[in-house]
Formats: sequence, structure tokens, C-alpha cells
Amino acid sequence: MTDVIDRPVNLDSDDQGPVNPDHGHDHGHDHHGPSGLVKWMTSTDHKVIGISYTVTSLTMMIIGGAFAEIIRAQLVSPTSTLVSFAQYNELFTMHGSVMIYLFVGPFAFAGLANYLVPLQIGAPDMAFPRLNLLSYWLYLSGSLVMLSGFLTSGGAANFGWVGYAPLSNVTASPGSGADLWIVALMLTGFSAIFSGVNLVATIFYLRAPGMTLFRMPIFTWNMLITGILILLAFPILTGGLVMLYCDRHFGTHIFTVSGGGVPLLWQHIFWFWGHPEVYILALPMFGMVTEVFAVFSKKPIFGYRGMVFATISIGALSLGVWAHHMFTTGAVLLPFFSAMSLLIAVPTGIKMFNWIGTMWGGKVTYSTSMLMAMGFLFTFLVGGITGIYLASPPIDFFTHDTYFVVAHFHSVVMALVLGAMSAIFLWFPKMSGIMLNERLGKFQFWFLFIGTQVFTFPMYLVGLKGMPRRMAVYPNNPSWQSLNQWASVGALLIGISMVFFIVNALYSFKKRVPAGDNPWDAQTLEWYTSSPPPAHNFVSLPPIHSERPTWDYNHPDHLSLGHGDKEKAKAGS
Amino acid sequence: MSSLPPSSDSLSAEQALPATKNKSKKLLLVLLAPLALAGCQVPSFGGYKGVTKTANSTFHLWQGFNLAAIVVGGITLAVMAWAIFAYRAKKGDGSIPKQTQYHIPLEVTYTVIPILVVVGLFVATVVVENQVVADPTPSATINVTAFQWGWKFTYPGTKAVVVGQTTASPIMVMPVNQDVRINLVSSDVIHGFYIPEFNFSRFAQPGMVNTFTFHANKTGLYSAQCSQLCGLYHSLMYFRVDVVSPSQYQAWISSKNASTSARTAIAANGAIVIQDNPGIPVIPSHSNGAQ
Ligand code: HEM
Ligand SMILES: [Cu+2]
Ligand SMILES: [Cu+2]
Repeated sequence: MTDVIDRPVNLDSDDQGPVNPDHGHDHGHDHHGPSGLVKWMTSTDHKVIGISYTVTSLTMMIIGGAFAEIIRAQLVSPTSTLVSFAQYNELFTMHGSVMIYLFVGPFAFAGLANYLVPLQIGAPDMAFPRLNLLSYWLYLSGSLVMLSGFLTSGGAANFGWVGYAPLSNVTASPGSGADLWIVALMLTGFSAIFSGVNLVATIFYLRAPGMTLFRMPIFTWNMLITGILILLAFPILTGGLVMLYCDRHFGTHIFTVSGGGVPLLWQHIFWFWGHPEVYILALPMFGMVTEVFAVFSKKPIFGYRGMVFATISIGALSLGVWAHHMFTTGAVLLPFFSAMSLLIAVPTGIKMFNWIGTMWGGKVTYSTSMLMAMGFLFTFLVGGITGIYLASPPIDFFTHDTYFVVAHFHSVVMALVLGAMSAIFLWFPKMSGIMLNERLGKFQFWFLFIGTQVFTFPMYLVGLKGMPRRMAVYPNNPSWQSLNQWASVGALLIGISMVFFIVNALYSFKKRVPAGDNPWDAQTLEWYTSSPPPAHNFVSLPPIHSERPTWDYNHPDHLSLGHGDKEKAKAGS
Repeated sequence: MSSLPPSSDSLSAEQALPATKNKSKKLLLVLLAPLALAGCQVPSFGGYKGVTKTANSTFHLWQGFNLAAIVVGGITLAVMAWAIFAYRAKKGDGSIPKQTQYHIPLEVTYTVIPILVVVGLFVATVVVENQVVADPTPSATINVTAFQWGWKFTYPGTKAVVVGQTTASPIMVMPVNQDVRINLVSSDVIHGFYIPEFNFSRFAQPGMVNTFTFHANKTGLYSAQCSQLCGLYHSLMYFRVDVVSPSQYQAWISSKNASTSARTAIAANGAIVIQDNPGIPVIPSHSNGAQ
């Protein structure tokens, strides 16, 4: 077992290369230079940037969630006047935009990924630390630019988070909020592209000796595929936004019929980014819960290789399904996109059964993190199944643009929120050195999990009755009211769960229960170093012979048994 | 408007699968036979049975998908619940379970079975889809133009025109038991032509005419509205569809041809349709509008 790979020279000029037990603490540059806020603003340490990303994106979740609560409050009555029609359009546009562009994506592929990927592969930092810092600043400024739309006289962008042409042109949406939205997406788009570059380069070039591709944790594997998808998809969106901006201000007619342009082109560009984006958001969370299931079942991931191949095929298929968002345009090849979309169910099912298989025969502990992961499993099953319905064009014809679709993708995104929470409860001790409170965590879980179901199920039903999405009022259909009220109750429960989360964070920082290096008896490399890790992550590394070096080091008598290994194990013991 | 080329999807769907069409129709019969036998026993799962021929097929497809979801989802849920509850660690049990990993036959099983299910769903989908997008020679044609925030229905070859905005809910009159072709277009942004009880929606887009056919099989007045965000009064962009007998339809067309007033019209069911001037939005009193 000596297939050690050579470690390339680190690109951070301060670093000395391979991990060496003698350095790391008395490293010159840690002891002089700026401190406090300036240090935070200028640090290129992936852990500092990862935490900045995580905190900023969770703040965005709270802001986007607040918009959602106003939306749900408006919908409790068919003729509510809580907000005006114009404000309602701004609210759902900014809710969707903040959640997708500013919360889930940055949290997943730049927050936790930044923090964890170098630790999981035994690297001292990301491959391009300064680019990493630039990513964060682009993201933060993009976020502020988008939200500043509310301060303009015309209000924030109001054409939906998808910005369909020609509604997003300068005649139909003249306000500067729309321009701020476009510019913000260019900024966050470049931020994402740089994160993608960094992820791919780091994973390919900075793995520790012994960390072969097939010994990387599943989370890191998923981040590799996510990084590649980012590089394939985000430039398309950014290009589309430039075209949209030129149409609005420089007299081009790319999406304008009057000048010979094609509005439909925007949808192709948007969804060619938009569907891979779904997996850019989902794959990181899939990776996170995969680790959680293994840790709290005290078992290796059931089908590690199957899991890797499922991730790769999801990534590949996700590039060929964009037009399932366009079935009702009457301008796409229905059977092809239907078949491709249905096929994604297969690798997704493989993942589902792998998560179940990981628990099977294990010792399952109901920690908050694990409960969140179980909640993810159920909620994602619902969202996944209803996604299969929508891959069938005749069914999509009568559910497209109704609350059925809103319910479907909220089952999915709320599953991702549960997955994110699961990950936070798992890795918070590593990032901070202290534990989160389990009791408050469990309250948060039950409110979040039950709230999610109470919120989504009525929306499926009201969508089937024919309620279109993006309705400020529904005066002709008072019979839709009670279902809407139930959905609003669910939203309220979700809101309460977030209060528990914030209280928990404040309380835990006050209490400061020390975590130790490996409070969960976890398996991957980041649990080998201290909590929080030192400046360059590792003082020493254990030997890496499998995808769970820390476990192998701590439990040399309990190595993984492959299929057919039972006899060997018995004979040996 | 009808002289413009029809939309491409009705062609492409059939071109893509010309040979398999008949075979798959038989397959669908086999797949849906239990459904047909069970008849009304199969619940509606919240969907509309539909009042057009294709709405009925779509409804059966919807039922089929639900049955498949219940079987596959139910099994998955049962296995999931077992794993969660049966393997819960006892309090204070710090022992380490057997570190089993990989089981090739099992892994092959949970890859192959979903593939088979997906193939079944795809075949059923294509059969129904080909019916929905079929383009037979129609007995009547209606040109529909969506605009911010209302609808205009014109009947080529006649003088009949119905226009109305927002809560005025203009009525599209069409005959029952006949193929009616709709040519759908928008004069500004994208709108969604959505009739829940027809189990159907289609985008109304600028610069592109979408053509499809309805064969209603039940008379009645059905509510409908715009489903695609189109700006400020999107929530109020209502219309209705009045499915009437062919003779009532002819009478209505003749009355429109004879009518001298362009501003009001009598719908087949006797309701007065107010035809607003498209330039003046009808703003409901409870809305404080764009401020
Ligand atoms: C407290 C939890 C949440 C609630 C109560 C909520 C509520 C809603 C509602 C009611 C709508 C439909 C508005 C309409 O069509 O009129 C909506 C739209 C949307 N939501 Fe959420 N949501 C929540 C969380 C999330 C999360 C976590 C995400 C993404 C990660 C998300 C992404 C979106 C998107 C993309 C839209 C579509 C916006 C558009 O139509 O342009 N939501 N949300
Ligand atoms: Cu998609
Ligand atoms: Cu509309």
C-alpha cells in the first residue's frame, strides 16, 4: 500500500510545501502584520474566507426568508392588501434571487467547500488563495448591489428570478433595480467562476501523499464535479446577462422581436445555466449528508464507488436537460428532454439507496445533525418524485407555472436547507472549537421538518386546483384560501426554526463547550487535526490507505469490509 | 396569423418517434389496463378529470404516475424507515458495528429497477404527448392574442371578436365535440394561456405563433387565467372558456357577424361581455398599484 503520489509545489509562496511536523506554528508570517478587522478583510486563509462566506450566506438566508414570510402573509387572504402588486413582484423576485444566487450557492460551493476541501485532502490552503479572497469580495459586493435595488425609486427587480425576456427589457421593466440585479449577477457570477477554478485546481493538484482520487471523501468528490459544472455553466449565464444589459442600454436586439431578435434565446441561455445550477446547489449538500450518514451510523459509506459514479453521471446528464423548463414554449423537442430528465432519476435513486445502505446494519445515533440528514432524506424523496412528474411534458403542461412547481422545488430546496443545517451541526465544532447545543438543535429540527411539510403539501394541492405562481391576489378563487393559509402556517414554523438556530449560535458562543479534535468519532482527514485547525491545517498527517484515514487511524481493528470480505474477517478474528 | 408556420413541437414529437408510435400505444394500453379496469376507483390525486379528449388522457397519465410514485416511493420510504428505526443505537452502546461496504448484486438491482420504471414512464409519456400535440384538420379556428393584461379572441373568416382585460374575464366561445385549432401569440411580453380543466397550458409569445388543438367533450363555462408572470397585473389576467353545442356556436358567430356594435356582445350563455379598450387597464379598487 505505498501508492503515494507526489505533492506539487504549493502555489502560496509563503508555504513550505509538504506537511512537516516541525512547522506550522512558528511560521514567520503568522506573528506579524495586521490584526482584527483588517486581518479578516485581507486574510487569504481558506478557513477565514470559508467562514466569511458561510456567515454572509446564512445572513442572506435570513433576509430571503424574511421576504418569504411577507409573501406568505400576503397570501393568507385572496384580496390581501398587505403589499401592493408592484411590491409583491419585487418580493418574490428578490426572495428567489437572494435564496438561489446569494444563499444556497455561495453557502454550498464557497462556504463549507472552501473550509473543508483543503482539510479533507490534507492541503494547507486552496490553490489560489488571493483569487479566493477576490471571489468573496465579488460575492459580497454583488449581494449588496442586488439588495440596493430596494433603495431605487422604481424598486428592486420585479420580473422573477429567471428574468425572462422580453419582460426584462427596458420597456417592460424600466427601473434601475433591474440593472442592479443584472450587474449583481455578473459580480456573483464571476465570483462563482473563480470558486470553481479554485476547487478544481485544489482537488487536482494539492492532495496529500496517499490521497488518491478514489480515497477522497464523497464531499470532496462532489465538490470536484460541482466545480466542473460551475466552469461549464456560469460563463453562459454571465454572457447572457451581458447581452441582456446591451439590449437594455446599448440598442442591441438580441432578445427583442422588433429588431429581429429572439426572446426565446434568453430562456435557452438561462436554463442552460439554470439546470446545472440545480445540481451545483444540490451536489454539495448531497456530499455533506453522505458524510453525516456515515459518521452517525459508525459505518463506511455503503457504495463509495457507486456514489462517485452517480455523482459523475448526474453532472453529465444535468447538461442535457435544460429545456424541461421550456416544455410549454412549444419550441423544444419534447421526447428528448423528457427522456434525459427522467434518466436523472436513476443516479439520484442510487444515491438515495446508498444513504439508506449506509445506515443499514449500523449504530444510528439521533444527533441533531443526523436528524437533519434524515429530514433531508424524506423531503428530498418527495421533491425528487414530484420532479419526475414534471419531466413528463403532458403533466408539465398543466402544472407548469402553478403552485405545484413552487411546491416541487421547495421540497427540493428545503431538503437542501435541512442538508445545510445537518452539515452545520456536524462541522461547527471543527470550525469553532465549540459545540452547538443539541437540545435547541432538536427543537430547530422539528420546527423545520414539520414546517417544511406543512408548507409544501398544501402548495401541491392548490397548484393542482389551478393556482398559478406569482399571484399577489386571487380574488376569483376564494376556495384556494384555506390551503394557502396552511402553507403560511408551515412558513411560520420554518421561520420559528430559524429563531432557534440563531439563539443556539449565540448561546453556544456564550457557553463555549469545548469540542476537541473529533467529537463525533468521524472518519475523514479534517477530524485528525485540531479544532479549529492551525494556520496551515495540519501539524502531521496519518497514513492514508482508504477514504477514511482518521477512522482507520483511530480504529485499526475495524477497517471496511467489502462485499465477500465477511469470510476473511471471520477467519482472521 | 394562421398563415404563419405552426410551432415546431407537434412536428418534432412525431418525427422523433414515427415507428414506435403504434407499438407504444399498445404498450400504454397494457400499462394503463389496470387503470381502465379499475375505472373510477382510482382516485384523482387532486387532478382534474378534464373536459377535452386530451385532458382525459393526460389525467390518466397523471393517475399512472401517481400509482408508480406510490409503489416506488412507498417501498423506498419503508426501507428508509426501517434503516432509521431498526438500527438506532441503544443508549450507552458505544460498540462499533460490522464495517460492511459494497454489495454488487444489490447495487445492480437498485440501478436496473429504476431504469425499467423510467422506461415505462417514458413510453406512457410519449403516447399521451403525441395525442396532446397532434394537429388534425380543425372544424373551427380561434386566434388568441395575449397582451398586458388581457386577451383578444378572433375567429378568422368571421367578424367575431372578443376583447377584455383583467377582471373583465373575456370569454372564448368554442364548440363541443369538434376539433378547434388555437393560434396563440402575444403582442408584448410572454403570457401563459392556461385552462386548468383542459389540463393544458401554453406560452403566448411575441413573434412566434403557437398552434394546438382542443377537442372539448363537455359543455360548460370554465375559468382560466394567465399563468406566466407578465408584469404588474399578472394576478388579474383572467379569461373564461365557454364550451357550447355546435349549433349554439354557429348562432353566436352569426350574431357577431350581424352585430353592428363592436363594443358589446352577447355570449352564447347570455352573459354580456364588456369589451374594454385595451389602452385603459381595469384596476381593481383594492390595489394600490405601482407606487
Ligand atoms: C421559509 C422558507 C420559504 C418560504 C416560506 C418560501 C416561500 C415561497 C413562496 C410562497 C414562493 C412563491 C411566490 C409566488 O410565486 O408568488 C416562493 C418562490 C421562490 N422561492 Fe421560496 N420559500 C422559502 C424558502 C426558499 C429557499 C430556501 C429557496 C432556495 C434555495 C427558495 C427559492 C425560491 C425561488 C427560486 C422562488 C421563485 C421566485 C420566482 O417566482 O421568481 N425559497 N418561495
Ligand atoms: Cu431543470
Ligand atoms: Cu401573466
